[in-house]
Amino acid sequence: MLVSSTINGDQIEFACEADETLLDALRDRVGLTGVKEGCGTGDCGACSIMLDGALVCSCLVLGAEAEGRKVETVEGMSDGDQLHPLQENFLKHAALQCGICTPGFLIAAKALLDNNPDPTETEIRYALAGNLCRCTGYDKIVRAVQATAKSMKPKAAKPAKKAAAKKTAKGAK
Amino acid sequence: MGKDTPFTERAFKSVGTRPVRPDGVDKVTGRARYGADFNMPGQLVGLILRSPHAHATIKKIDTSKAEQLPGVKAVVTAKDFKNFKNLDAELQEILDNSMARKKAYYDGHAVAAVAAIDAKSARAALKLIEVEYSVHKHVTDVDAAVQPKAPVLRRDCFTKGVEPTPTKPSNIASRSQFGHGDVDAGFAKADVVIERNFRTGQSHQGYIEPHACVASISPDGSGELWVCTQGHFVFRQQCAMMLDMDVSKLRVTSSEIGGGFGGKTHIWLEPVAMALSRKANRPVKLVMSREEVFRASGPTSATSIDIKIGVTNDGIITAGEAEMRYTSGPYGGSWAMLGAMTAFACYELENVKTVGLEVLVNRPKTTAYRAPSAPMAAFAVESMIDELAAKIGMDAVDLRIKNAAKEGTQSSYGPVYGPIGIGPTLEAAKNHPHMRAKLGENQGRGMACGFWFNFGGQSCTDLNIGIDGTVTLTVGTIDVGGARASLSLVVAEELGIDYEDVKTVIGDTGSLGYNEMTDGSRGTFASSMSAIQSCRMAIADMRERAAKMWEIDVDEVYWEDGHAHARGDTNHAPLSIADIAAKAARTGGPIAGHAQIVADGAGVSFATHICDIEVDKETGSTRVVRYTVIQDAGKAVHPTYVEGQFQGGAAQGIGWALNEEYIYGEDGRLQNPGFLDYRIPVCSDLPMIDTQILEIPNPNHPYGIRGVGETSIVPPLAAIGNAVSNATNVRMTQVPMSPPRILAALDAQEAEEQQ
Repeated sequence: MLVSSTINGDQIEFACEADETLLDALRDRVGLTGVKEGCGTGDCGACSIMLDGALVCSCLVLGAEAEGRKVETVEGMSDGDQLHPLQENFLKHAALQCGICTPGFLIAAKALLDNNPDPTETEIRYALAGNLCRCTGYDKIVRAVQATAKSMKPKAAKPAKKAAAKKTAKGAK
Repeated sequence: MGKDTPFTERAFKSVGTRPVRPDGVDKVTGRARYGADFNMPGQLVGLILRSPHAHATIKKIDTSKAEQLPGVKAVVTAKDFKNFKNLDAELQEILDNSMARKKAYYDGHAVAAVAAIDAKSARAALKLIEVEYSVHKHVTDVDAAVQPKAPVLRRDCFTKGVEPTPTKPSNIASRSQFGHGDVDAGFAKADVVIERNFRTGQSHQGYIEPHACVASISPDGSGELWVCTQGHFVFRQQCAMMLDMDVSKLRVTSSEIGGGFGGKTHIWLEPVAMALSRKANRPVKLVMSREEVFRASGPTSATSIDIKIGVTNDGIITAGEAEMRYTSGPYGGSWAMLGAMTAFACYELENVKTVGLEVLVNRPKTTAYRAPSAPMAAFAVESMIDELAAKIGMDAVDLRIKNAAKEGTQSSYGPVYGPIGIGPTLEAAKNHPHMRAKLGENQGRGMACGFWFNFGGQSCTDLNIGIDGTVTLTVGTIDVGGARASLSLVVAEELGIDYEDVKTVIGDTGSLGYNEMTDGSRGTFASSMSAIQSCRMAIADMRERAAKMWEIDVDEVYWEDGHAHARGDTNHAPLSIADIAAKAARTGGPIAGHAQIVADGAGVSFATHICDIEVDKETGSTRVVRYTVIQDAGKAVHPTYVEGQFQGGAAQGIGWALNEEYIYGEDGRLQNPGFLDYRIPVCSDLPMIDTQILEIPNPNHPYGIRGVGETSIVPPLAAIGNAVSNATNVRMTQVPMSPPRILAALDAQEAEEQQ
């Protein structure tokens, strides 16, 4: 079947089987292999994407369900050659070792900060509890998210949220 | 290469800094290509049919219906691997595990495979393959497997290492023994002797990236393999032999690797993809599902350890003895042997004896998992040491310090130690603020030590100087967690240039000589040794070139800070690498350095961990509330990534200690082959993990580097067990210390108190 959706800001049409997951469609049909499969059962979060602004495991969504909806993946996070502050801080704080879980963590962390720009450590840990990392013990991931929140903090909470949303929309173009 | 200039006098400029890794941007933008992210034109989809039985003879496989299904291009079974009889025993076992020949030995053992034009056709084809099994009694428990009446997996298994060789087959594949002195005499001198049995569950490495490869084998006997692996040179050699190909005609390219921890040192599906590709004459992609990863790729051993330790009232350990039974799956291994070697390695003992028994069971073939076999051995030894300390009324750290191995100690597994870090990590633990922090209600503090050998081995590197003076280092060891950054730092250091001017890449098997795989914490140790030699060869060449340019004798040229300098009072301005490279065409052509070495002298590694846990006495649930890792890293090349190794290993150990375990049903089938039921620690389960890096230089490496990757998984099982004991006054002897086990232990204690 033919599916039409907005992926990272672009109008994209792709064909997929009726029983094909959005994860497989994104990887095999659209070529967005930054979306990873770690389990295929919604347990590891490596395939995390934003679907109409909601954080989902793309392995638990059918490709057909993306019809008319907005999909955001790790490939749409940076604004041209400007990395998103989360991407910058993941590098700076060495929040990745093998890196296979990183795209999912970045999407989940962005979803957190978009809704809660000043999370506590506990809030960060629970917000990221749906993403498995086997390399880092999560320490440096949490620190990278904390550093990002701190760097985006000086502005008042509301405008900061708007600015972040605007930047995402721009980055997605 | 051996002993070099005394590096301790060296002021490092690049080594010890914390730059961003060269593969970083690709990994945060989704551009990095892992095993499943690669495709070839005309590629087919491969799928594997697996045994639903724990132990069964394969009587007949009928693939005819599957072959006739439209879209199916190849079906293979063990019969398609015609070179089996020509392989040595180890390769026969690897191949038999990749594709069962006569018997399916465990739930998930591969019995056939298909390649089709799409996943749908491949799935349909699997259903059309008819396998006739004759099901046998199975055994999955390590202690049940060594009972005289246990079902015997292999009629050709006569315990090795026993004189005379038994005439009856059994599930004990081999016996190994280590130690020195006279343990009976040692126990006679002890004031307190404790004997116990400890058991550990079978854990999986749990890398997030499932195994994946793309194979393209041509009818002319050549081929390509793209694969996520910890050792592409090893994979090339083994796969080529299994497929009866010339080793040099198979080119293996390693993808980015999404975690391995030992699990990707081994071949599971690659020969199958190659056989399918050869038969179909098209590329074949084979990717495991998570369920297949759990059922059919190698976990660690389940163990049962009988241990006995004696100590005097003033804290001298007089003897230690252990019999260690480790499961190895359906084939032999050296897992119990490694357990027997590492068990008492932290201590200086006059009398020590360890025996390792490799036990065959109907579980997947055991594979390395980070410091393989050492965590289970340390669980037994380190738990006992705490208990003995309590019995004689001595502080547990002090008892360890009193008996710690040091330079000159004969290790329990044979060699005499050089400068080592066990004593210093213990002293650091004793003085760490964590040790004095206040504990809350239902909380307990535990500590434990760990040891790992570290390996070196065969390495081959190339260094090429670009025309602009920038440098490419090509290595053949896989970067599993930041080695490209570390190796670039080493090259920058040796050449005297900036980190940003060095690019380290992983070469394919066609670009370098043989490299052993990234295991035994050897990656940075061995490749940096080879890289330094490559740099020195290039420097020698560049001095020659400068001498030519200046028309002076090469002995008049020396190398410093990334420049060639002329000795004495000359008007020759120093030449940078770029200056020299720009004239390369006229001074002798491309400038390169190369090295092929056996990296000897990997320094052994020790760690001490401290942890605080809190037990919920209602549910038995245990939480780690504070954790500190103290480890000797030798010279820490990139301290942030060293910390990352410490933290990651600790987290894996915590998961193993509290949750992770293969659970088999009565039917011998794995009950929890997914991340929901095989639960690894998530972010909200853990606290920050503090680290303290000690730098006790390895005298056998020019910069003092040791391996750092594995030791940190060794102490957590015992550290948590000791903490639970201190919180509840219950000694846990089985890992994982899951809520039901802790509750049962608390209940038993209560019942005992009431009596």
